[in-house]
Amino acid sequence: MRLFATLTAGVALLLVPCVAQAKGTLTVYTYESFIAEWGPGPQIEKTFEAECDCDVKFVGVADGVALLNRVKLEGTSTKADIVLGLDTNLTAEARETGLFAPSGIDLSNVSLPEKWTDEIFVPFDYGYFAVIYDTEALKTPPASLKELVEGDSSEKIVIQDPRTSTPGLGLLLWVKSVYGDQSAGAWEKLKDRVLTVTPGWSEAYGLFTKGEAPMVLSYTTSPAYHMIAEDTDRYQAAAFSEGHYMQIEVGAITTNGASNPLAAKFLEFMTGPGFQDAIPETNWMYPAGKMDTALNPAFDKLVKPSKSLLFSSEEVAKNRKEWVDEWLDAMSK
Amino acid sequence: MSTSARSVRPLLPGIVSLGVIVVLIGGAFGGLLVEGFRDLSRAIAAFDGYMLRLIRFTLLQALLSTLFSVVPAIAVARALSRHPVFWGRSFILKLFAVPLALPALVAAMGVLALFGRAGLFAPLLSSFWDGGWPGIYGLAGILVAHVFFNLPLATRLLVEALDTVPGDQLRLASQLGMGAGASFRLIEWPVLRAAIPGVAGLIFMLCITSFTIVLTLGGGPAASTLEVAIYQALRFDFDLARAVALTVIQIALTLVVVTGLIRLGANVTGEANLVVARQRYVNVGPQELLFNAICIVLALLFVAGPMVAIVVSGLKADLGRLLSESSFHRALGTSLVLAVVSATLAATLAWALAAARSYSSGSGATFLASIFDTGASFVLVVPPIVIGAGWFVLLRHFTDVFSVAPIMVALVNAVMAMPFALRAIRPAHDAAAERHDRLCLSLGITGWNRLRLIEWPVLRRPFATAFAFAMALSLGDLGVIALFGSEGLKTLPYLLYERMGSYRTADAAGLALLLGLFCLTLIMIADWLGREEKDARG
Repeated sequence: MRLFATLTAGVALLLVPCVAQAKGTLTVYTYESFIAEWGPGPQIEKTFEAECDCDVKFVGVADGVALLNRVKLEGTSTKADIVLGLDTNLTAEARETGLFAPSGIDLSNVSLPEKWTDEIFVPFDYGYFAVIYDTEALKTPPASLKELVEGDSSEKIVIQDPRTSTPGLGLLLWVKSVYGDQSAGAWEKLKDRVLTVTPGWSEAYGLFTKGEAPMVLSYTTSPAYHMIAEDTDRYQAAAFSEGHYMQIEVGAITTNGASNPLAAKFLEFMTGPGFQDAIPETNWMYPAGKMDTALNPAFDKLVKPSKSLLFSSEEVAKNRKEWVDEWLDAMSK
Repeated sequence: MSTSARSVRPLLPGIVSLGVIVVLIGGAFGGLLVEGFRDLSRAIAAFDGYMLRLIRFTLLQALLSTLFSVVPAIAVARALSRHPVFWGRSFILKLFAVPLALPALVAAMGVLALFGRAGLFAPLLSSFWDGGWPGIYGLAGILVAHVFFNLPLATRLLVEALDTVPGDQLRLASQLGMGAGASFRLIEWPVLRAAIPGVAGLIFMLCITSFTIVLTLGGGPAASTLEVAIYQALRFDFDLARAVALTVIQIALTLVVVTGLIRLGANVTGEANLVVARQRYVNVGPQELLFNAICIVLALLFVAGPMVAIVVSGLKADLGRLLSESSFHRALGTSLVLAVVSATLAATLAWALAAARSYSSGSGATFLASIFDTGASFVLVVPPIVIGAGWFVLLRHFTDVFSVAPIMVALVNAVMAMPFALRAIRPAHDAAAERHDRLCLSLGITGWNRLRLIEWPVLRRPFATAFAFAMALSLGDLGVIALFGSEGLKTLPYLLYERMGSYRTADAAGLALLLGLFCLTLIMIADWLGREEKDARG
């Protein structure tokens, strides 16, 4: 009998979190670093909750690509109203799943280097991938992707896994757009410089700032963090002569979320100052919407890409599997 | 009609148990097959260069791990058996049983705490290494961790084998003045040669299905095994076709190895029954004494090192803060509930199978009895990741996989622990059946009454042994929870893995110490209960 009681108590305990809440709730799936203590999540949650009188629930999923996989896996039974943190490399694939609904919001606040017209996905920030290096550990940083690939293999870099992480996928596409058919060979060379492949951006950047490696794949905007928050010029982005691959991060409403009035409200809020003001100095990216405050002057000191590289979303969707397999093949040799 | 009903009813619990196992394994295979045929061309396309390299690495690391475990174990086991009495000998043998009781994740933490980039030996190693110690990721890390588990296991099994050498032979050898070389060649080697294939096979099998060690110490696509690749295909890529193809290969590989093992007559569950020192006559010269002492001390250092490192680095963590964190409380609660449910299930399943087996063999149905027997051991062939993966792809057609995660985790862990639980319960059950069957029959005591009045008092203890053992296994598991875990369901090992992933090393070390202590305590309780039971019966 006692056994039965234990069992029942156990099952009951597992079911407790499922009990419904009273106030309107908005569930947002996003990548891990977005909701970290130092990320934009906490601040944005507070601002939006004050505005909507609702409860915002952030769910962190490793990184951008894993985020899409998670939604695919959960399919129509997903609990997410909003998915925040896919990028344009993934939008065509995400659209094809049929799991996302048109945003239906006014896009006049959106401001990007290029005009934005997508009906489903709404951009919230953008940036350029870059190799960040520690000036105290590395005297001559690579000046091009070629130099990174062919350089001294004892000077290590930490990169992210393209199967889970949007920066990881970004580097894969960067190499692809520079090396084309020769990418596999480039990866086989670069492999010896890779200290480790992490599932997400946060782990990689954590290893780098701990001094485990002199280089990490991140964004041209990452040094702004060290300049503003830590008042140091120690960490710098290496400008690459071939240009830098661009990333535009987007949010979207799921088909399940379409019935939640808070979802569209959130996306609209996302393009305005309540959300955008937090982006540059918590997510350390360029804002893609309307801000009330001016950008910190530190952002003027950052590397400006000589050329911005970007595949079309459709092209990535068509080739991603094949290119990731090529990467796996080269990296496992 | 009433007679046939009576003859089947005692078998019902056993049949239900067997049904649970068949459904769990069959469902997993079904899910994989359906998914594979849905996308056959892609499943076939997944047999590519990457797959070949995975197979090669899986086999290579298992082969090297076996080699580095068994060869030194021969020297250590020989040294221990040549010196049947010395201070600390039984302590060493007890210590060598500890790695098997530790969750793989905790052992991985121990290895990292010693040889990791920030490990205790890192400053020393850095002075030999150009550009600083790179840490022990990749093949080297995997091998060290596997040898940490398997060298002591092999040693214990080989000591057991050497203990079967009759004392008279040793006395004769000593009277004839045989040196170390001659007695090794003529007396010890024949015994070892018979035992080594089984021991090596068992270790090879354990390494080929190793998941946690490779996941935590691999560090990239170049050092990945099939099991880890299955996990990544599901949770990283969501590439079902690849996951199915990998699973098929993994099953084929384990089947080949297990068939080979059974041919060799190995003890697949790996239990060493040590004979405690009895009078033996051995002549040991000073040179051999030195060699033996070096072997024993080196092995002792190698096995104790990671354990000491776990304790040292664990105590350095901010345990007070960890213990008061709400994420720790939640994970501990989840872990305990899942482990209790899973252990209850495992022990109950084992009891039902033991009862059905003894009833059917008692009534002459030997074929049926052997089905109840193989049903249990078949589970050992199928790695939990494979079962988890199968259900993962199957369930997503019906429901949100993560909402049924707790049930899956408890169930798979229960079935995985069941063969070990059966080993604790069956001997006691068979002995009790032999003693009470006729009495019960003549008094007409059956069903619930028999269970409550006759069986429970006798089987309470073995049931508790099985329960504690199954609970320890379930508590330390990272395989199934890695597939099914999410922010909604975090166990202690999952939390630990997460902290490791975000390089919060101190937290991870503290958690590893706690988890290791939990599991070790449970195994010790199980061991103690089991021993008392044997003493009481003997």
